[in-house]
Amino acid sequence: MAKRIEVSGLNVYYGDFKAVEDVSMTIEPRSVTAFIGPSGCGKSTYLRTLNRMHEVLPGARVEGKVLLDQQDLYASGVDPVAVRRVVGMVFQRPNPFPTMTIFDNVASGLKLNGVKDRKKLTEVVEKSLVGANLWNEVKDRLDKPGASLSGGQQQRLCIARAIAVEPEVILMDEPCSALDPISTLAIEDLIEKLKDRFTVVIVTHNMQQAARVSDQTGFFNLAATGKPGRLIEMGATKQIFSNPTEKATEDYITGRFG
Amino acid sequence: MSSTDGTAPPDRPADGKKLELGPVGHLGDRLFSGMAHGSGGLVILIVAFVGIFLLALAIPSLARNESSFLFSRVWEPGASPPRFGIAALFYTTLISSIIAMVIAVPIAVGVALFTTYYAPKRLAAPVAHAIDLLAAVPSIIYGLWGILFFAPILRPVINGIGSALGWIPIFEKPPTADVGVVFTASVVLAIMILPVVTAISREIFAQTPIAHREGALALGATRWEMIRTAVLPYGRSGVVSASMLGLGRALGETVAVLIILSVPNANDPWNSSIFAGGETFASKIANNAAEFDSPEKTGAYIAAGLVLFVVTFLVNSAARLIVARSAPGGKRPRKIRRIGDKAQTEGAAL
Repeated sequence: MAKRIEVSGLNVYYGDFKAVEDVSMTIEPRSVTAFIGPSGCGKSTYLRTLNRMHEVLPGARVEGKVLLDQQDLYASGVDPVAVRRVVGMVFQRPNPFPTMTIFDNVASGLKLNGVKDRKKLTEVVEKSLVGANLWNEVKDRLDKPGASLSGGQQQRLCIARAIAVEPEVILMDEPCSALDPISTLAIEDLIEKLKDRFTVVIVTHNMQQAARVSDQTGFFNLAATGKPGRLIEMGATKQIFSNPTEKATEDYITGRFG
Repeated sequence: MSSTDGTAPPDRPADGKKLELGPVGHLGDRLFSGMAHGSGGLVILIVAFVGIFLLALAIPSLARNESSFLFSRVWEPGASPPRFGIAALFYTTLISSIIAMVIAVPIAVGVALFTTYYAPKRLAAPVAHAIDLLAAVPSIIYGLWGILFFAPILRPVINGIGSALGWIPIFEKPPTADVGVVFTASVVLAIMILPVVTAISREIFAQTPIAHREGALALGATRWEMIRTAVLPYGRSGVVSASMLGLGRALGETVAVLIILSVPNANDPWNSSIFAGGETFASKIANNAAEFDSPEKTGAYIAAGLVLFVVTFLVNSAARLIVARSAPGGKRPRKIRRIGDKAQTEGAAL
């Protein structure tokens, strides 16, 4: 479990529009990597190329390579569906399936993979909910709808759903931006714990959050509106926040713009 | 920004001056509110008047009726004393509409899914328009097309089903080579209700929040699996209500059914097979409109019309109720309780 991601020379396009330009980076297994940067700088777009979720939008395409332990996610013959089973994702707004119970939400990924054995499902659901720090709060009401949970609980439910299929990598697209501070803290604690088993990549608008949870931070920026976003600087989180190399990074983290 | 320089912005009144807040409600608001209320009331009034009209004219005939109105299949409103019952009409109306729904709904759901999630854009729009166009065809055209062109084509199908499943009474093999049978009418009705069911289903499927769809895709769902886990559960209530609206339309359809269905000979025994002719409420009334010569006879037909009115009313209300009870996504807002709610006790949850 947990694999190294190597990206080289990645460009992302929406139709003719180049959204992200020339990104190269290495993400170590069992680490937390945060992407920060102003709105529209392409960090979410870039994150979504790591499990080919950007392809949901028509006209989206990439150039360059994304290697997951030497395997190119964009090689011909690679099915995006298979990629997403290995690289899971948690979204900005908690999105449990509204018609499903808490149990079925967590089990949904396994069911898609054809697991039907009730005993196995029960086992994995418990393990995943424990892994998402949610088990104690919901163990007596697994048959209640997922939508009956609070926002923070729903987001942890979504994390449980993502880890239930045992992915290698978990991508998180601003997972706390719709949550209150207490729920945010719960998710941050959870990210710390997830790192033991998974490679975690998180996009956040909250620089304190990036500083708290990540080992490595990448700063994205764009030259001007309509220009593609670029990776300006990437390094150990401590270094980025205390002693950035680039002027733009320093301006951003000290709040001078963005 | 301008307040930082110490002077008040120009649109704020100077100290001590009272703010002019004006009276509550502008003329335009009141006028519009009155019109909206008026139109709403008018619609209810019209429906009520139709109901009252039907009741008032039906009651005298019903009072003199010698047969069981609801359970008899006899229809002799001209006899003295009159004898009439709606059982046969009710059966034919219901079975033809239900078969129409069984045929139309899966096709409608398929077309709606195709146009929303499968078809490339340049194909989706023309297909959607073509289906919408079906709604613009007048029902008399459907009737003519149905009996002259479509019925002969259906004949082998009817014979096939009749031979295979003829031992079940409703599929009993047709006694004559007549093409104007209930099944033919049902298929034509299915085509007629296809546009409305498709349009509503398409609408609701397209509204599936992208968050739900991406949630499924991010778990490694294929397109069909995404539809199964996110789109169909979200759209279920919408499809049910669309089907009910289609059913309502099929129940009341007159001209097409009138042209297609052949009226069974009065001396023949009643036949429950869908491969026989028959009469629906609407076709019966339309067929005999020339006979409305005495108030008593007219009253019998109006009583039948009243039943149709009530049935379609109930079907439509059921559709509305389903839509209201389960908002898209099958969420039942009234039942949702947040687990963290302080107000909620364990007992209240159960």
